[in-house]
Amino acid sequence: MKNTKKLISFIMVVTMILALCSVSALADGEAFKLGATGPLTGGAAIYGNAAANGAQIAVDEINAEGGIQFELKYEDDAHDAEKAVNAYNALKDWGMQISLGSVTSAPANATSAENFADRIFALTPSASAPTVIDGKDNVFQMCFADPNQGGASAQYISDMALGSKIAIIWKNDEDYSTGIRNSFVTKAEELGLEIVSETTFAAGNDTDFSVQLTEAQNAGADLVFLPMYYQPASLILSQAAAMGYAPKWFGVDGMDGILTMEGFDPTMAEGVMLLTPFNADSEDEATVAFVEKYQELYNEVPNQFAADAYDCVYALKQALEAAGATPDMTNEELNDLMIEQFTSMTFDGLTGDGMTWDSTGAVSKSPKGMVIENGVYVGLD
Amino acid sequence: MTFLNYLLSGISLGSIYAIIALGYTMVYGIAKMLNFAHGDVIMVGAYICFFAVARYHMPPVVGVLAAMAVCTVLGIVVERLAYKPLRAAPSLAVLITAIGVSYFLQNGAQLLWTPNPKVFSSVVGTGRLALFGGQLTVSYVTITTIVSCIVIMVALTWFTGNTKMGKAMRACSEDKGAAQLMGINVNSTISVTFAIGSALAAVAGVLLCSAYPTLVPTTGSMPGIKAFTAAVFGGIGSIPGAFVGGLLLGVIEIFAKAYISTQLSDAVVFAVLIVVLLVKPTGLLGKKVSEKV
Repeated sequence: MKNTKKLISFIMVVTMILALCSVSALADGEAFKLGATGPLTGGAAIYGNAAANGAQIAVDEINAEGGIQFELKYEDDAHDAEKAVNAYNALKDWGMQISLGSVTSAPANATSAENFADRIFALTPSASAPTVIDGKDNVFQMCFADPNQGGASAQYISDMALGSKIAIIWKNDEDYSTGIRNSFVTKAEELGLEIVSETTFAAGNDTDFSVQLTEAQNAGADLVFLPMYYQPASLILSQAAAMGYAPKWFGVDGMDGILTMEGFDPTMAEGVMLLTPFNADSEDEATVAFVEKYQELYNEVPNQFAADAYDCVYALKQALEAAGATPDMTNEELNDLMIEQFTSMTFDGLTGDGMTWDSTGAVSKSPKGMVIENGVYVGLD
Repeated sequence: MTFLNYLLSGISLGSIYAIIALGYTMVYGIAKMLNFAHGDVIMVGAYICFFAVARYHMPPVVGVLAAMAVCTVLGIVVERLAYKPLRAAPSLAVLITAIGVSYFLQNGAQLLWTPNPKVFSSVVGTGRLALFGGQLTVSYVTITTIVSCIVIMVALTWFTGNTKMGKAMRACSEDKGAAQLMGINVNSTISVTFAIGSALAAVAGVLLCSAYPTLVPTTGSMPGIKAFTAAVFGGIGSIPGAFVGGLLLGVIEIFAKAYISTQLSDAVVFAVLIVVLLVKPTGLLGKKVSEKV
């Protein structure tokens, strides 16, 4: 027993020493220090890891080219605002010059306030709540803001005459879902779309959807709008199928990923429509190369979070080159240069062509309409 | 008819809570500790069954048995390493350790199996039994869950009441010190309790994921907490109480969603719990034990 304990403590000491050894390979002043927080563990870990992997691929590609060098560090925030601030402070101690913000909205609300106060420029890949950029001149988004997405979905449904009676099921304890739902409802009223049923769910209450689906069915809804991530959406689809309820389904970018769930029966998602900025099945050369590299390294198909983070790093590279920035600049100097560049440049990436940013930090790019047919995404337009 | 449909949905949700609550209440009733890691043992059971069936194409029965075997071993190992050294410690220390074990299992699962959700295919098929010409439907999973609940309940009651080991368990539950003086091996008795509790967790995990098929490392935690609530509601430590508490909690949750508000359903559920505990502090079927001084 005593020996086992000694052995365990020895192993732990060795692990700790090894952890200390993995310090930066590059000396200060040779590379731009990019810091970011994201949920690398916990329930939202799939998003954080995807973003960290996507960003890492971009950094490796750029560093291999020579020219601008990046050093990337992702700290875990476990999708928790308080942990995110601690992670942010750790990154600041490390010497972060530019930030990729946080991956999810709630932590991003906390860290973006710090970014603003410390004058460290932030470009978040995927924190889509409008509050993340609101009133902060140096925080920018790579993803659509939630209102943008809800409004665009309503417009799309109305333009294509997809449904006359609409039901909405949304997650009322999540900024992402609530934000999209609010802007969808506003736009739908404007366009004269009839919303016949509105039901919600929340964390801890997100497994049984029989009530929400029965209400939608009883109200005669022929289209159900699902502003949520794909995990609850997959449960809704399978429970509706078991009930024999088959309306049209309309999702948002969080629905992306449903087809890559291990064991998911793609016939469940047949005919599901969604607006998304990224399509892993696209024939586009850059996307094909990215998806291949991602699959080779991480053994799975990248989702939009990975693509957004990849785009973030390339957008920063473009801006840094255009501004002639050097890694020995302080974060304040870089901050001012980046604000100037981002409000004036146009960027082509995996998640859209001709992206521009306004002074609020919101991106302008057009979502693509997709429908799932025979287990693959097909463009609607 | 809508009312009856909601009632059936409530029963199917409640039967899942009930089967998880049985494991909670069993361990609490005998070891007098709240095993907050129970929900995570459920998750491990579901993963084992998932891999056996989906990756290695074994028949579902083998998957369930494999899950039970792995969880039994896991339960015993966790008890030996994490809880046994604290047998004499205050109950708060054990509670915190259990929370630690819970996080350890969740994060371990995440490292081993990645956080990406997996879709569990039901071990009893996705069919539904139609009643009244198809106006009411009950899924096979619900029927299986309720039958399993009743079988487990009867078996546990018989086991604790009539076997030698069962009697030893009840003795440990009343007074560990006295039980030891009477020649009962307290440590092995508690180990057996954890083994049974964890095997039940594996069954619960398989049924939980058969009904609600998304499987992630945090799958067990929230149903675990709800089931714990159900166990308290029914009277923690009481085996029939866990069953009744689970079913009622499910039905109240669905009715609150359907007739009050989908936004407030959890608030309603916990408000009912508070009222019940105010009126009957030991839960619906809990025994009142007077402390002898």
